[in-house]
Amino acid sequence: MASRLTFVQGNEACVRAALYAGLDFFAGYPITPSTEIAELMSVHLPRKGGKFMQMEDEIASICAIIGASLTGQKVMTATSGPGFSLMQEGLGYAIMAEIPCVIVDVQRGGPSTGLPTKVSQGDVNQARWGVHGDHAIIALTASNHQDVFAMTVDAFNFSETYRTPVILLFDEVVGHMRERLEIPKSGEIPLVERLKTSVREGVDYHPYLPREDGRLPMSDFGGVHRYNVTGLFHDMWGFPSENPREVHDLLRHLVDKIDSHVDEVTRYKEYYVDDAEMLLISYGASARSALHVVTDRRQHGERIGLLELQTLWPFPSALVREKTKNARYVVVVEMNMGQVLQSVKLAVGNPERIFLANRVDGVLITPADIRNILRLIQGKGV
Amino acid sequence: MAVKDYLREKFFPHIWCPGCGHGITLNGLLRAIESTGLKKNDIVMVSGIGCSSRIVGYLDFHTLHTIHGRALAFAIGVKMSRPDLTLLVPMGDGDALSIGGNHFIHACRRNIDMTAIVMNNKVYGMTGGQYSPLSGYGTMATTAPYSNIDQEFDVVSMATAAGATFVARATAYHVNQLADVLQEAIQHKGFSVVEVMTPCPTYFGRKNKEGSAVDMIEKLKTITTPIGSKAKQENASLIERGIFVKKEMPEYCTEYQKLVERAMKGS
Repeated sequence: MASRLTFVQGNEACVRAALYAGLDFFAGYPITPSTEIAELMSVHLPRKGGKFMQMEDEIASICAIIGASLTGQKVMTATSGPGFSLMQEGLGYAIMAEIPCVIVDVQRGGPSTGLPTKVSQGDVNQARWGVHGDHAIIALTASNHQDVFAMTVDAFNFSETYRTPVILLFDEVVGHMRERLEIPKSGEIPLVERLKTSVREGVDYHPYLPREDGRLPMSDFGGVHRYNVTGLFHDMWGFPSENPREVHDLLRHLVDKIDSHVDEVTRYKEYYVDDAEMLLISYGASARSALHVVTDRRQHGERIGLLELQTLWPFPSALVREKTKNARYVVVVEMNMGQVLQSVKLAVGNPERIFLANRVDGVLITPADIRNILRLIQGKGV
Repeated sequence: MAVKDYLREKFFPHIWCPGCGHGITLNGLLRAIESTGLKKNDIVMVSGIGCSSRIVGYLDFHTLHTIHGRALAFAIGVKMSRPDLTLLVPMGDGDALSIGGNHFIHACRRNIDMTAIVMNNKVYGMTGGQYSPLSGYGTMATTAPYSNIDQEFDVVSMATAAGATFVARATAYHVNQLADVLQEAIQHKGFSVVEVMTPCPTYFGRKNKEGSAVDMIEKLKTITTPIGSKAKQENASLIERGIFVKKEMPEYCTEYQKLVERAMKGS
């Protein structure tokens, strides 16, 4: 990796960013369209003394990275829809046991085996609610390779800060498309290292006693403190508990530690939003087409803008409410049946001004597709 | 070190029923650990879900109580990051071989240095007595009210076929052999499997009219025999106990270190 200027796939941008962020361990299972991530990890990780493992399935992959993370390592797995479905139980475990990890889902068409090689953004709500039980989650996305890099580093940083799994929801187009990527200089993007306990050896240690700010300074598993980790509700020693007070407090802690930091984890971009009469909201590959429409129509004098979301969960409701307040039309551009549309409707007043511009046939939504839908919304006909 | 020094007594009493063989297995395991001379800080225990998996909470090691069937996958992540630690993975028969069957055979195949202990009581105890893949044809269970038609398989044969480099069987009756076998398994460099036949009087015993807890322990004596015994030649239905496989093969973490050296040379 001599040159910092590269021409790569989105999947490779993600790999380079993970290595930049200090990835130590990757476990995965081959699946289109994420396989290049595993292939490149197998090349690059051992070169820096890290470890890559191809596991027997996606379930084993997420479990292995959780085990490695507990010992203090930075870890990642990558998959697509069917594998992401298999990972949900492990994901819930990482949430409950507060174990940092990064899970990449390069989205393809679903449900089921669906469209293995074609684009979709159909896993947005699975990322939010695929895990059973109440919980909070962080999910990030990106529309170009420089942002794939930045969001991947952010994913590791958020994961370490909040001791939680973070999902990177990319899509087939961004994953497989090649474009320019400039690798930031070492130190250019700050990296968050794991908060460690200051409790000394031999002192009664409470691994699951959060600080007042919600952060959990844990001792690396296998180190000087011996403690229990479980997916059951647990007390401050990590021992199973059904005490209603402890159950209540733990669940509130798991939700609050993320939902009360929405501003810190919200990433977005905006283009011509301030005076926009027509505001598009989009993300991932769809946002590329949306941006094309916006820059083109601006040249024709139309008051049109784009809010590009990069943090999908926790949903940045306050931001969306603020940015859409002056818009006459709000159009959500996405490649699913309206998964982000639902959240926008919940966040924004006057839901009758909110429309969907989508495509769900495995083909990237084009600027022409969006323009046609905008004309319909404006009553201009196609 | 006294056995009780390995326990987290503040989390007692344990959840196991009177007459359950899991406590005896735990005792054998602690005696084995004591014989190895390992320190408490050297040991990581990873378990899944079920009665047997609760063993980890009571022990003063680094303990990881995970999700059903996946203990070995978690253990692999820990071992790959910390090859210096000793990994022990206690599982039930359903946990290890039904929901976790795929992870089990692939862990055997990789020959990663850890010890899988299959506490086989032939039943799903925690959920109340459903048949497991090792219950066997003709047994009764809460989900086999008309007698079970599922065939069982043999843990020892399967682990051997899948490539485990140490394979043994012990019982909760033969406690000295249990401790000896576990000690050898822990000290073996590679993937070790120890099947421990252990009674569940509450569910398996009651449903199959096997009598009291004492009767069930006694039965482990009468239905088993040492490997290669004369009794086995005369009565083929006897179940052999002892060490079936012990061989040297490249160990996964050691091989991975060589791989890292190759990769670093090439880069």
